[in-house]
Amino acid sequence: MATLDSRTISRMMMAPAVFLLLVWMLVPLTMTFYFSFKKFLPLRGGDLGWVGFENYIRFVTSSSFWPSVQATLAIVGGVLLITVFFAILLALLLDQPMWGQGIVRILVIAPFFVMPTVSALVWKNMFMDPVNGLFAHLWKFFGLAPFEWLSQASLLSVTMIVSWQWLPFATLILLTAIQSLDREQLEAAEIDGASTLARFYHIILPHLGQAITIVILIQTIFLLSIFAEIFVTTQGSFGTKTLTYLIFQRVLESQNVGLGSAGGVYAIILANIVAIFLMRIVGKNLDK
Amino acid sequence: MGHIVLEKVKKKFGDVTVIPPLDLEVEDGEFVVFVGPSGCGKSTLLRLIAGLEDVSSGVIRINGQDATSVPPAKRGLAMVFQSYALYPHMTVRKNISFPLRMAKMDKAEQERRVEQAAAVLNLTDYLDRRPGQLSGGQRQRVAIGRAIVREPAAFLFDEPLSNLDAALRVGMRLEISGLHKRLETTMIYVTHDQVEAMTMADKIVVLHDGKIEQVGSPLELYRAPCNLFVAGFIGSPKMNFIDGEKAEEFNAHTIGIRSEHLVPSPTEGLWKGQVGLSEHLGSDTFLHVHMEKHAEPITVRSGGEVDIHHGDTIYLTPDKGHIYRFDDHGLRVD
Ligand SMILES: Nc1ncnc2c1ncn2[C@@H]1O[C@H](COP(=O)(O)OP(=O)(O)OP(=O)(O)O)[C@@H](O)[C@H]1O
Ligand SMILES: [Mg+2]
Repeated sequence: MATLDSRTISRMMMAPAVFLLLVWMLVPLTMTFYFSFKKFLPLRGGDLGWVGFENYIRFVTSSSFWPSVQATLAIVGGVLLITVFFAILLALLLDQPMWGQGIVRILVIAPFFVMPTVSALVWKNMFMDPVNGLFAHLWKFFGLAPFEWLSQASLLSVTMIVSWQWLPFATLILLTAIQSLDREQLEAAEIDGASTLARFYHIILPHLGQAITIVILIQTIFLLSIFAEIFVTTQGSFGTKTLTYLIFQRVLESQNVGLGSAGGVYAIILANIVAIFLMRIVGKNLDK
Repeated sequence: MGHIVLEKVKKKFGDVTVIPPLDLEVEDGEFVVFVGPSGCGKSTLLRLIAGLEDVSSGVIRINGQDATSVPPAKRGLAMVFQSYALYPHMTVRKNISFPLRMAKMDKAEQERRVEQAAAVLNLTDYLDRRPGQLSGGQRQRVAIGRAIVREPAAFLFDEPLSNLDAALRVGMRLEISGLHKRLETTMIYVTHDQVEAMTMADKIVVLHDGKIEQVGSPLELYRAPCNLFVAGFIGSPKMNFIDGEKAEEFNAHTIGIRSEHLVPSPTEGLWKGQVGLSEHLGSDTFLHVHMEKHAEPITVRSGGEVDIHHGDTIYLTPDKGHIYRFDDHGLRVD
């Protein structure tokens, strides 16, 4: 009986937090739905009444819609691939006993503390600038014409910048996961005749499965809504206009709240499709 | 074939010498037990033999060949760890066949060996489970199965039973002994439990601070311990040590006498004392007898149903043939 009582009490104690979360989520969501069915132009007449599904139709039929979905998926996919791959390598490396381990680990984590806007600006002006950037100097050193990163390989550049920011997070999670691996398992595998590569494939990688899943899920949630990096580098030009950026343009640049809200609803749908897709592929790792 | 020789093998971790130069020979087919108190270097010695640690100096020969710098996989030895070290994401079948898969053995042969090992170890019903779904004893058997299928030159066990409960431990002890009889493969077994050592070993190696104190069969060590350490370590309960006047009567610095070689009597005997605690085990009773000028009580074995109580005066007579005499360096003198 005690457990039944304490369960009721614990539910009551949790109620305010749950309520707050619900309100927090439901109010913006309801407002987005509300505006998406209206013609609402703040500087050109304000609320101009209900329009049904017109905003939804206009948003998808716009020539920027599919490219923006593609750009979003390309950036998310690219960043996930790059961060997971390099995070595994870095975690393996940082797990080795070495001199100055503590400092190296802090250095690796450092990019995570830099604000997205700042890091994007640093990349844009210090590395990728075709005149003054470090890359331009490097290219010139080898006698090549400087590469115009942000206009000629804009999607790749944005992916690189975002990957740089998220690599520490992925590395940190995978490093702690590697450190929790029982050394005797590796030793047993070594005695059992597994080569270094086989030990990685049969022991370390399965052990990391769960952590990799978590990294992918968390990063996807945040990456679907990246904005600052695009805002300060390409402003959405050269094929880097993501869904989030498109919505921003519709609401603030064209001052069309209704259209933007319809885009917001599409963004929710996209996020859910991606989430379901991910859960199918990697989610089963979490059951273990 | 599993003939292992250590010549002047030494191991240092940084500046600390854990194993001073040490010589040891393990004959083919022998069951050798390394025993000693915690931290004396048993695991380190086993890991040196397995190749998981590099020797600081010295030579390890396996079947006559210098194996000092041969990687662990090529030494042909199999090891069973205290934590079992099973691969948690693989089924029991995959765990057991892992070394065979690594050796790229033919599939049908793999299958045959796994089935055979599973039959020997009573694991047939569990082959498709994961280690997490097994009991401690079953996990232990999977770890042994993984070692058996490789048909190694020798098995190395590092305290394989210390995570099991007492009843299971007795059972597994018999199973491992039975396995040794059947396979006739060299086994090196590490434990800090002298009962395991006494019951399983052909040859016991007593280690103390990385040094070998004595090597011999269980009964040799019981009958003729060469120093105080071995005398105190082998045998249960621990041997009683007496020094001072009573020892001088026997021309020794210290004398040792086992509890089973003391005859208690309520009326007459050589030494007089008072009964303190008594441990009733049913078949035997161990009396703790306090004697004047001795801080440590003397343990005496008497029959299961004796009529002796706390505080009673008691006389003890040692069996003259079983008194061990030690000099002031702790070495036994005959
Ligand atoms: N990697 C290491 N680095 C430094 N010292 C170590 C290392 N491994 C073991 N030692 C030291 O070597 C000594 C022997 O350790 P070992 O593990 O061989 O003891 P053991 O006899 O197996 O003890 P136990 O019965 O507790 O398992 C200990 O003093 C330990 O602190
Ligand atoms: Mg040990």
